[in-house]
Amino acid sequence: MAFEGLAERLQSTFDKMKGRGKVSEADVKEMMREVRLALLEADVNFKVVKKFVNDVKERAVGQEVMKSLTPGQQVIKVVNEELTTLMGGEESKIAASRKPPTVVMLAGLQGAGKTTTVAKVANHLRKHHNRKPLLAAADIYRPAAIDQLETLGKQLDMPVYSKGTEASPVDIAKGAVEEAKEANCDYVLIDTAGRLHVDEELMDELQQVREAVQPEEILLVIDSMTGQDAVNVAESFHEQLGVTGAILTKLDGDTRGGAALSVREVTGVPIKFAGTGEKIDEIDVFHPERMASRILGMGDMLSLIEKA
Amino acid sequence: TKTRDSFAEQMNELFAQYRTVDEEFFEELEEILIGADAGVSTVMELIDELKEEARRRNIKDSRNIAPLITEKLADKLDRTGGDASLNMQQDEMTVILFVGVNGVGKTTTIGKMAHSFKEEGKKVVMAAGDTFRAGAIEQLDVWGERVGVDVVKQQAGSDPAAVMYDAIQSARSRNADVLLCDTAGRLQNKVNLMKELEKVKRVISREIPGAPHEVLLVLDATTGQNAMSQAKTFQEATDVSGIALTKLDGTAKGGIVLAIRNELDIPVKLVGLGEKMDDMQPFDAEQFVYGLFRELVEEQAEESS
Ligand SMILES: Nc1nc2c(ncn2[C@@H]2O[C@H](COP(=O)(O)OP(=O)(O)OP(=O)(O)O)[C@@H](O)[C@H]2O)c(=O)[nH]1
Ligand SMILES: Nc1nc2c(ncn2[C@@H]2O[C@H](COP(=O)(O)OP(=O)(O)OP(=O)(O)O)[C@@H](O)[C@H]2O)c(=O)[nH]1
Ligand SMILES: [Mg+2]
Ligand SMILES: [Mg+2]
Repeated sequence: MAFEGLAERLQSTFDKMKGRGKVSEADVKEMMREVRLALLEADVNFKVVKKFVNDVKERAVGQEVMKSLTPGQQVIKVVNEELTTLMGGEESKIAASRKPPTVVMLAGLQGAGKTTTVAKVANHLRKHHNRKPLLAAADIYRPAAIDQLETLGKQLDMPVYSKGTEASPVDIAKGAVEEAKEANCDYVLIDTAGRLHVDEELMDELQQVREAVQPEEILLVIDSMTGQDAVNVAESFHEQLGVTGAILTKLDGDTRGGAALSVREVTGVPIKFAGTGEKIDEIDVFHPERMASRILGMGDMLSLIEKA
Repeated sequence: TKTRDSFAEQMNELFAQYRTVDEEFFEELEEILIGADAGVSTVMELIDELKEEARRRNIKDSRNIAPLITEKLADKLDRTGGDASLNMQQDEMTVILFVGVNGVGKTTTIGKMAHSFKEEGKKVVMAAGDTFRAGAIEQLDVWGERVGVDVVKQQAGSDPAAVMYDAIQSARSRNADVLLCDTAGRLQNKVNLMKELEKVKRVISREIPGAPHEVLLVLDATTGQNAMSQAKTFQEATDVSGIALTKLDGTAKGGIVLAIRNELDIPVKLVGLGEKMDDMQPFDAEQFVYGLFRELVEEQAEESS
């Protein structure tokens, strides 16, 4: 059955080995096969999986697993530890400039959740950090993108800076920063149009916005349901823009979210927030260790093992 | 046909570079397919089948297995050779309902379809059934203006089933040939929202027996294994008749439709290739399979130049 958690997978592999005494190298290989499949089914990129499985195998073939009385659980423990390390360990906060306003630009593929996330981050900054954000409508392409941001601004009762669809995103971004200074806003959150990482013209446009307003944060917004292509997207956005962090959206779904691992692995930047719904308050600070167990499909299993 | 030949030729050339059918060959094939998001279990199954076939027929040269691979893949996607056609009504209004998770491209695909039906000389009406997302009605309105098609709408926040009821009456009175129904994006694990969608469909069927004539599930090609769960749940709720696969203009391959076809038997009918009104095409299985191997073909072209 698809989407079985790694824990169940390893358990059944292990059950087959029972009664044969010690774990052999072949058994470890068999378990690694299960680890590989579980990660692939979680949408972790196959190249990332390959490297990861090799690393884990080395540790597993070493003393830890082979000598253990509970090798299945040991493998899960090793896998989970390695995965958590890869996910970044610590939680990470959004930057604050010493010279406000702090400029934050969101970018990403079409439909990833940028506009919604702009509103959510603004809400988060006000609610938890007592900040006063301004939203900037720099998506001049998507039909009604400005209406969308303005509606969200109204819901939040926050200012939205827009200049229609005739002004350039660079001018809009600059204007927004000026406006924020005047209105004493300490954050400017720039919504940008969705674009493909291979669209040179539009990627160039983002570089120009970056040059013009020098954002403290450039956040890559990425859909947690993204498959193998997440590495290409993340790598490419990072190369062209130098992103400082990522935001994972739509985690309220039932996806395993292996894209998170790919993004971490190829960019090295932290994932800062997780979107967990369509409403403006549905955002969480990102927890790397929770994500690790989600990818492995074993929420509660881990706490059991920790206790053991 | 011409494309058929050149396609086969290109695949032949592609596989010529590996020459022998060995473990390494199959590993590479597995990576290509998994890298294209083809379902993990479908890929494993396919590779096993191919290995078996190669052994049985004693195939050693990769050129001899190439046609088998492409045939198998294309067959999996298009069983009858005419699966991409839409169920259009001759003497009554055709109603098409669009469903899918958030941000996949439902509204845009409706805009593109409205445009293409209009080009064919049909009278089209669009129904603004997403009353939830900020700016959703305005977005469809912009598309309406862009392609010159009427939009039936109510206020934001109103009941989507009521919008559909309205839209049907209104489209009828305008003598429309096609009614395209937009719905709000929803994740398939939200039980209440899936119920709401069932109700929307029920209202349509009650007003016009036999309608909706197509229920198109819009899938984002960038989506990985979760697309399978989307297809399953939306099929259960709304009896999906086809897939519109969007965003194939990016680098994602959308290989998961292989598994969806394999396990759920839902055909892909349309592909989205950009954000403009002309960026849509009927699905072509062979071209799609070719796309799975695109990078390899390009690599090879570079090497030989
Ligand atoms: N369930 C859920 N839906 C989300 C989340 N974040 C965004 N969405 C939805 O995803 C869809 C796309 O969101 P947008 O904010 O419009 O995405 P975008 O990246 O701005 O899209 P473009 O501007 O067209 O590129 C909308 O239906 C949002 O309501 C989330 O965390 N969970
Ligand atoms: N590159 C590309 N972008 C597309 C394609 N189809 C849609 N988009 C873009 O994807 C984003 C989301 O499209 P929408 O049509 O709003 O998606 P939706 O499913 O209606 O979204 P919700 O109603 O929020 O659930 C927009 O920026 C579209 O322009 C496509 O085939 N290629
Ligand atoms: Mg947007
Ligand atoms: Mg929509």
